Amino acid sequence: MGKQATRITVNGKSHARVVEARLTLADFLRHELGLTGTHLGCEHGVCGACTVLVDGRSARSCLMFAVQANGCEVTTVEGLTPDGGLSVLQQAFIDNHGLQCGFCTPGMLITLTELLRDNAEPSEQEVREVLTGNLCRCTGYAGIVKAALDAAQRLRGGTPCLPSPASGAGK
Amino acid sequence: MMGAKHFGARVKRLEDPALLAGRGRFVDDLKLPGLLHACFVRSPHAHAMVGEIDSRAAMAMPGVHAVLTADDLPESMRRTPIPMLTPNPAITAARTQTVLARDEVHCVGQPIAVVIADSRYIAEDAAAAVTVNYDVLAAVADCRAAIKDGAPRAHSDLQSNVAARFPLAYGDIDAAFAGAAHVFEEAIWQHRGGGMALETRAVLASHDPVADVLTVWSGTQTPHLGRGMLADLLNRNIESIRMIAPDVGGGFGPKAIFYPEEAVIPAAALKLGRPVKWIEDRREHFLCATQERDQYWDMAIAVDDAGKILGLRGRMLHDSGAFLPWGIISPYIAAVTVPGPYVVPAYRIETVVVLTNKVPTTPVRGASRPQAVFAMERLLDHVARELRLDRAEVRRRNFIQPEQMPYAVGLLFRDGKPLVYDSGDYPKGQETALALAGYDSFRERQRAALDQGRLIGIGIGNYVEGTGLGPFEGVTVRVLPSGKVAVATGATNQGQGTRTTLSQIVAEQVGCRIEDIVMTIGDTGAIAQGVGAFASRQAVNAGCSAQLAGQAVRCQIIALAARALGVNESDIDLDDGHAIAATGNKPTMPLGELARLAQGIPGVSLPAGQAAGLEHTAYYTPPQAAYCSGTHVAEVEVDHMTGGVKILNYTVAHDSGRVINPLIVDGQVQGGVAHGIGNALLEWMRYDDNAQPLTTTFADYLLPMATDVPTCAIAHVETVNPLNPLGVKGAGEGGTIPAPAAIISAIEDALAPFNVHFAETPLTPERIVAALRAAGAYERLQSA
Amino acid sequence: MKPAPFDYHAPRQLKEAAELLATLPNAKILAGGQSLVAMMNFRYVIVDHLVDLAHVDDLRGIAVIDGHLRIGAMMRQRDLEFSAEVARHCPLLAQALRHVGHRQTRNRGTIGGSLAHADPAAELAAVCAAYDAVLHLASIRGLRSVPFRDFSLGFMATALAPDEMIAAIELPIWRAGHGHGFHEFARRQGDFALAGAAALLDIGADNVVRRAALALFGVAEQPVRVEAAEAALTGKVADATAIQTAAAAAWLIEPISDIHAGGDYRRHLAQVLSARALVDAARRTGVDV
Repeated sequence: MGKQATRITVNGKSHARVVEARLTLADFLRHELGLTGTHLGCEHGVCGACTVLVDGRSARSCLMFAVQANGCEVTTVEGLTPDGGLSVLQQAFIDNHGLQCGFCTPGMLITLTELLRDNAEPSEQEVREVLTGNLCRCTGYAGIVKAALDAAQRLRGGTPCLPSPASGAGK
Repeated sequence: MMGAKHFGARVKRLEDPALLAGRGRFVDDLKLPGLLHACFVRSPHAHAMVGEIDSRAAMAMPGVHAVLTADDLPESMRRTPIPMLTPNPAITAARTQTVLARDEVHCVGQPIAVVIADSRYIAEDAAAAVTVNYDVLAAVADCRAAIKDGAPRAHSDLQSNVAARFPLAYGDIDAAFAGAAHVFEEAIWQHRGGGMALETRAVLASHDPVADVLTVWSGTQTPHLGRGMLADLLNRNIESIRMIAPDVGGGFGPKAIFYPEEAVIPAAALKLGRPVKWIEDRREHFLCATQERDQYWDMAIAVDDAGKILGLRGRMLHDSGAFLPWGIISPYIAAVTVPGPYVVPAYRIETVVVLTNKVPTTPVRGASRPQAVFAMERLLDHVARELRLDRAEVRRRNFIQPEQMPYAVGLLFRDGKPLVYDSGDYPKGQETALALAGYDSFRERQRAALDQGRLIGIGIGNYVEGTGLGPFEGVTVRVLPSGKVAVATGATNQGQGTRTTLSQIVAEQVGCRIEDIVMTIGDTGAIAQGVGAFASRQAVNAGCSAQLAGQAVRCQIIALAARALGVNESDIDLDDGHAIAATGNKPTMPLGELARLAQGIPGVSLPAGQAAGLEHTAYYTPPQAAYCSGTHVAEVEVDHMTGGVKILNYTVAHDSGRVINPLIVDGQVQGGVAHGIGNALLEWMRYDDNAQPLTTTFADYLLPMATDVPTCAIAHVETVNPLNPLGVKGAGEGGTIPAPAAIISAIEDALAPFNVHFAETPLTPERIVAALRAAGAYERLQSA
Repeated sequence: MKPAPFDYHAPRQLKEAAELLATLPNAKILAGGQSLVAMMNFRYVIVDHLVDLAHVDDLRGIAVIDGHLRIGAMMRQRDLEFSAEVARHCPLLAQALRHVGHRQTRNRGTIGGSLAHADPAAELAAVCAAYDAVLHLASIRGLRSVPFRDFSLGFMATALAPDEMIAAIELPIWRAGHGHGFHEFARRQGDFALAGAAALLDIGADNVVRRAALALFGVAEQPVRVEAAEAALTGKVADATAIQTAAAAAWLIEPISDIHAGGDYRRHLAQVLSARALVDAARRTGVDV
């Protein structure tokens, strides 16, 4: 039943694959492409560990099938990481103890990347509200919030953290 | 440590860069050629006899390689219950699970068979096609019901659902109560829920037939213990089994247990001759990962007119679930933790551990200490209220004073040793927390808020926690000819930064750069003996072993360098990966070169007194637990119309002895408080009367979100542990332990105008509204 | 938690989508997937065919037509959240959207999907109830219009035929200067509401309520218009007493009871939140309540 040809651009690289329709986008990224930075914590759309950008917008990859991403541009945590280094946001996580076990971290980075792109000067409350879509069981969120605010400040001082997203409005 | 370069510093974590870049290596990230995938067939019933298992339809599906039941397992594990690691003579029903159930199942989710297939998708399809004949039996869901006459038996062959009963007592309790000016009572219900790490359990097993080595990667806190269990269950030479805990996404207690799946998957890999991986899904985790659950306490406190404690007595009923994989550790810890930082001249508690048809309970962050602290702190609030004393003052009057250290409580701790607090300054801890929280000016703020129609309250919780439990955790330090320093330890990491803290200690001793340390953690192949992470024990055990091993290697390096450079040992310093002579033109030798020298020349004797290589393995063994303490102050706002609670501020004074890395310790406190907030207000693992779990998703079981956990103000109070070389204590659980007590106390304080009282957790908005309604708070609102 | 196998279809025309739904056995619409895919992962829902509407242009768009705001069913919640037209013409909808799930779910979730799913706690359904929205439903039999009160039938039940889809939602636009209020109570941010109230008030210069709408969600099996409250307010001067009296009528609803909240508690919340929503609505018209 249900094999489908699909072409998805992931972190700027195009991948043509024939996949089962039921293969989730998360499993496609992790096992078909070997990009294991995106994690599965619940598979029912609450924990946010699987968050990726689809056409520039954060989405739970456990609630999408790979075939739905046909023709789309997907960004994973690997795509947020510059060659040979770390982004401003990632460095802010290190400096502010924004991670412990690291399992929720890729999802956090994606969500915060979207936030900082759309809102260069978020308040602490705005950061916390947007983070409600990502659960963390280790840090108690304080380090993550600090890292987000710290990164926002550093980015306002100059270095952009992500090229502008593909326009996906209305799709 | 004076002049320390790394110890005590906020060193950035070594673990971070890879995890941030998405290059973590969790079990499900590991790929092996020929990998097969597993899905378990699990009991949908809480209690049933298992009849015929029909796997023909499943086996016929393309991509399915095997369906294994208990009968397909090696003889040694077919019907053998998993060994209990923490026996206790008080246990009268020492029940543990068999690896796959064959005759009787005792809780929903208990595994009966496993499907091995080309993918997890196919394995799930096939598991749904396996039919099992069940003869459903009556299940018992509530531990109070379970001890009544005529209750359904959780195990059909047991006469009673009581698994253990033990009294703990010291002092003349009857005299204390008889002569008391005041006696106050509390009936307390506490529920905790699960650790709920974000990564579920995971096992990958692979057998190399050429070397005959069985390698198992498991998301476990205790790979050495797991390897030992596997050796017994598989009846296999322990040296031919290697268990590795790679990156693990959170532990918090439940992953310290050895689970049936950790035996079945290796057995399947051996049987099929191919690597097999099992990744638990979240629903399975809700069903099968151990939890802490319900305790019912009936307690009484006897005090004099000044509010000084004369005695404490009561009874605790503990829901153990269907099995006791870790014996009675949790209820025992709770029972001995009650006295806490207070002088309690007489104490008696009777604990009853009860079997029910639910998933077993084992220690979850705090290990039942939160419940003990909650009981004591509720009683003290009650005393304060009745005697019209300030809650902080009542506590102050009862504190054990620092001059009384070491203080023998009068009980035996779960480490087998007398419960003797080694160090601590409880009055200072409370004072520090109260000052940081602005406690003295709170009443003013409360009145001002009331004028605006807002109800805010403040609450206090104090605790003492035995950490750093034995028996040991070894560390090997070895300088390599490359100049790198290899470190191996049985300690593991689920987010607490083990690699970083141990690197700080070793680098401090050996004089190398932190980045030159190559550390292997959580791998039974790297060090012979190990225990693992639980009970906040790694900083003490592994930290001190790292210190001792590092010191020993330091001595070896210095001796060798002195000889090589022709100077006195006292003239040698170690820094930045070099041995540096302080005299003459200050010659240096890189550590790598010294390591090469230390290997000697084949056939040539070493000079007298020189060790072989530059390496040492130390297994520090603590004489007893190391006692942490602290004070939490919670400030809350209650919407008395909806029952909604918001935590406005949270303050912690935390004593975990000498702090190796303040960044990491603060992170542990903050993270621990988040668990405590969950316990106090949100987390409730619900079951129906047939012991069917009702909250099996993250939509039903509520974990704190970023809007639920404020950033804590944290003050460190360091009382040095005199019993270990580093002066450290554990830090992983202190954030959780007094949190429910402080939060519920604050809620009560906010609702003081209505005179409502609470002795339960989780305390839900609905319960708050019900209490307010019963107190007449809404009579004006409700019309016709 | 992997879903059972199915075939996937991605039509580009409304007609094609309707034909697929009519002819494929055991077929379901895939809109945002934020509810459906979770249920498929649990295998609570097993389908043979999924018809993905993401590429059907006819199902998107926002337009003001004849005093109504017409919204395509496949509009993503996030696009509505930031739509200038929604903010200007239906501010109640704009406010309600901020409470719907989380950013990630609003990026994918659609208004049509939410209404078809018909969870009792759905904010968007309550907004439609408050506005007396009209839903345009499409199938191979053509288009038909159904007022929301006839569309919502009960617990997760709607008037949609098995092969029918929501094509568009029309919200009548209230008079400029009207007030809206929206309050819900959930255990955590973005959780399903245990109870919620959506209110619209049209108040004249004399502070007399010309028109009132109060819809409750989360408390009963479907969103409920509290007509007794609306009647109690209409024609009265908008003040605290009138609002409290009206809100008390919320006690009369038949609440649901489950592990998240019991019936009495939901009734209590319904009253409290009704009062708060009505107060906000009145204040937004400029009346000092």
